[in-house]
Amino acid sequence: MATFKDFRNDVKPNWCPGCGDFSVQAAIQRAAANLGLEPHELAVISGIGCSGRISGYIHSYGFHGTHGRVLPLAQGVKMANRDLTVIAAGGDGDGFAIGMGHTVHAIRRNIDITYIVMDNQIYGLTKGQTSPRSAAGFQTKSTPHGSIEPALSPLEIALSAGATFVAQGFSSDLKELTSLIEEGVKHKGFALINVFSPCVTYNKVNTYEWFKERLIKVSDIEGYDPSDREMAMQTVMKYDGLVTGIIYQNKEQKSYQELVPGYSEAPLAEAELKMSKEKFAELVAEFM
Amino acid sequence: MIEQLSWKVGGQQGEGIESTGEIFSTALNRLGYYLYGYRHFSSRIKGGHTNNKIRVSTKPVRAVADDLDILVAFDQETIDFNFHELHSGGIVMADAKFNPVIPEGKGVALYAVPFTDIATQLGNPLMKNMVAIGATSAVLDLDAAVFESVVVDTFGRKGAQVVEKNMEAIRAGAQYMKEQLDGSTKTMKLAKADGKRRMFMIGNDAIALGAIAGGARFMAAYPITPASEIMEYLIKKLPDFGGAVIQTEDEIAACTMAIGANYAGVRAFTASAGPGLSLMAEAIGLAGMTETPLVVVDTQRGGPSTGLPTKQEQSDLLAMIYGTHGEIPKIVMAPSTVEEAFYDMAEAFNLAEEYQCPVIFLSDLQLSLGKQTVEPLDYDRIEIRRGKLMNGELPPLPDKDNFKRYEITPDGVSPRVLPGTKYGIHHVTGVEHAETGRPSETAANRRAQMEKRMRKLEHIHFPTPVHKQLRHEEPDLLLVGFLSTRGAIEEAMERLEQDGVKVNHAHIRLLHPFPVDDVRPLVEKAKRVVVVEQNATGQLANLLKMNVGHADKIASVLKFDGNPFLPGDVYTKCKELLAQWPPLKISAMM
Repeated sequence: MATFKDFRNDVKPNWCPGCGDFSVQAAIQRAAANLGLEPHELAVISGIGCSGRISGYIHSYGFHGTHGRVLPLAQGVKMANRDLTVIAAGGDGDGFAIGMGHTVHAIRRNIDITYIVMDNQIYGLTKGQTSPRSAAGFQTKSTPHGSIEPALSPLEIALSAGATFVAQGFSSDLKELTSLIEEGVKHKGFALINVFSPCVTYNKVNTYEWFKERLIKVSDIEGYDPSDREMAMQTVMKYDGLVTGIIYQNKEQKSYQELVPGYSEAPLAEAELKMSKEKFAELVAEFM
Repeated sequence: MIEQLSWKVGGQQGEGIESTGEIFSTALNRLGYYLYGYRHFSSRIKGGHTNNKIRVSTKPVRAVADDLDILVAFDQETIDFNFHELHSGGIVMADAKFNPVIPEGKGVALYAVPFTDIATQLGNPLMKNMVAIGATSAVLDLDAAVFESVVVDTFGRKGAQVVEKNMEAIRAGAQYMKEQLDGSTKTMKLAKADGKRRMFMIGNDAIALGAIAGGARFMAAYPITPASEIMEYLIKKLPDFGGAVIQTEDEIAACTMAIGANYAGVRAFTASAGPGLSLMAEAIGLAGMTETPLVVVDTQRGGPSTGLPTKQEQSDLLAMIYGTHGEIPKIVMAPSTVEEAFYDMAEAFNLAEEYQCPVIFLSDLQLSLGKQTVEPLDYDRIEIRRGKLMNGELPPLPDKDNFKRYEITPDGVSPRVLPGTKYGIHHVTGVEHAETGRPSETAANRRAQMEKRMRKLEHIHFPTPVHKQLRHEEPDLLLVGFLSTRGAIEEAMERLEQDGVKVNHAHIRLLHPFPVDDVRPLVEKAKRVVVVEQNATGQLANLLKMNVGHADKIASVLKFDGNPFLPGDVYTKCKELLAQWPPLKISAMM
């Protein structure tokens, strides 16, 4: 049985010391081991940005694609091999700015993959510009007078787009984050896990302390029921999105793969590429 | 008796013009005639002039006819728009309902036939199309019964009564027209066809069938004219093979999803037209950099921007060869017939895996949507070759080492393993990388990996990179084209030969890497070269000049008004160019 150490490689991340992404890396490694996976059974697909480098820092299959397109790439991988565990990962710019169109449609499509967003409310790799997650008034190099656009709420968007699994974690709580990833992978469908992963270099507002003072766990809210979509939406709005845990899960909805007519039970990558001459003749006859 | 007929039906979009042409031509195809159809349509569902021009012949035909024998008109606009195509002795059959008029003095006969009235009397005015087919059959001296099997196939699911009503409409149209035909109009009796049952399909059908035959089991695509039929066919058929099609949110997702699926081991592709290909440019670069197999179909239409979405053009060529930032190995191929579209599409998946790079499969609207008779397709010719894809178990690697997915090899192609394989773990990234896939920016590694990628296509094996028709050792003229212009060029060639001009023809099927060794001798031996293509800037001519030189003897015949080349266009413009050679202007625009 593989342990979390088996998911480590010898590449030294180029993240700044103290970056929240280290915890996400560790949480993925621990969750993979806890789930009983072997390194070759996992594919980590990532976007572009500081966070996008994560696929290179885990001993598993990894594909570091183009900016904003992590979800199309990851969905293609899963459609080709439904036996692989596919984790997509990227930043808030990747998922909620350039890739927002894909995020919403991946959510409603509900292919069985897990999507982890390392949300630091800023563009780090390009050295500090505003992100769609930056709050109104937030000062950056690209918003020297403060952002005049409001931050978007990924949890509200996910819930309204028909998400079947929505969770939120925080880099300081490795235990909770690991468990959220495990639950996300086990979920039969698309799992969105937004992670507050502070940028210690360019974001001096949304710091570890800032989150610690504000975040509450949904499990601490009396009577919270993650299968209740309306309650989930109300709670997210009430706490301005500053909640962690499994916010919503629909265990009834079938995943995309279970609904595709005729879709192979075995990995499509193993499909027979030839057909019988009779089958070909049958296809040709339709054009006669 | 005639060997060939050109027939056109026209009216307002949405009133069944397409199905009229479909039923007429399918029936004739079943009799063993060779058909070639071209639809004129607009980017709207209802309204606007549309027509379907169909050529019927006892021999194979691959071009739209220059003129017209019979025009069936459901409105006056159809006559006004198309009358100039009719030759002396031609016939217009028009719905009496709109009191049709034709210009005088051309020797064309007008028959006002009560298409709508006859159909209405039989119970449904929509059957006016069937009445028109019946009237046509009278002119052709064909028994109305030849349409029965097609009518059964078309309306059978609506019940026997609907089938019978439609047949009745055909017979009534035939009867009415027979009574009108007097000695002054000759019937156009077609010489008997060979009676062989052949396929009748559009290029997109052949591309889609070729994809499945070539082992494609996943497709991601976004609807667009003129590519959507490919996706629609796979949506219907892939469930039989365990595969799936995803209609994505945009073309970026479509292309990227196909890359993800190919990476994980499925033969996957996408199909689109110019606007979609523009969006895919970055993803195609990713496939090139990560050496992931990928097949992308580009059914060219009128550009730029939204351009002429339902019209013929060949103006994406250079964008397809060069359209991604940076430099990647890439194959750009272009079949010259529907049969080739089938075989080449299957082969595209082999090339993508053997060379581990993107393959752009070019088509154009005329090839993709023109419906034509197709010679039998031989499934035994289809091979599945997966290149250096590793099968079976791999030996263990030293602790935590990556598999060398980007190993430097003499031919530039590295062994490839699929995710899920034990001891095959490696990294894939669009960042420059070392042999293990891990990022590396050292100058030595950059040179080594860049040279490795570029080396892959130095000795590409492509069975027939050029379709050649070489009749002369030293021709007066070499005609060069690609894709659907083949038929028009071949017919123009015959006419030029009759005028005493010695003509050879080269149709380029592999556009990148350019088949220099195949093409150069043809250009060297010709006195003059004329490149026939459907764009305004002579993209293929420029590619030819860049690769084989001889710019001083290369001229262009260009057409970019949205309509396909007619054989007469090519013939006339070549005559003009030859008369004033060396050309004052480098091109002869249509």
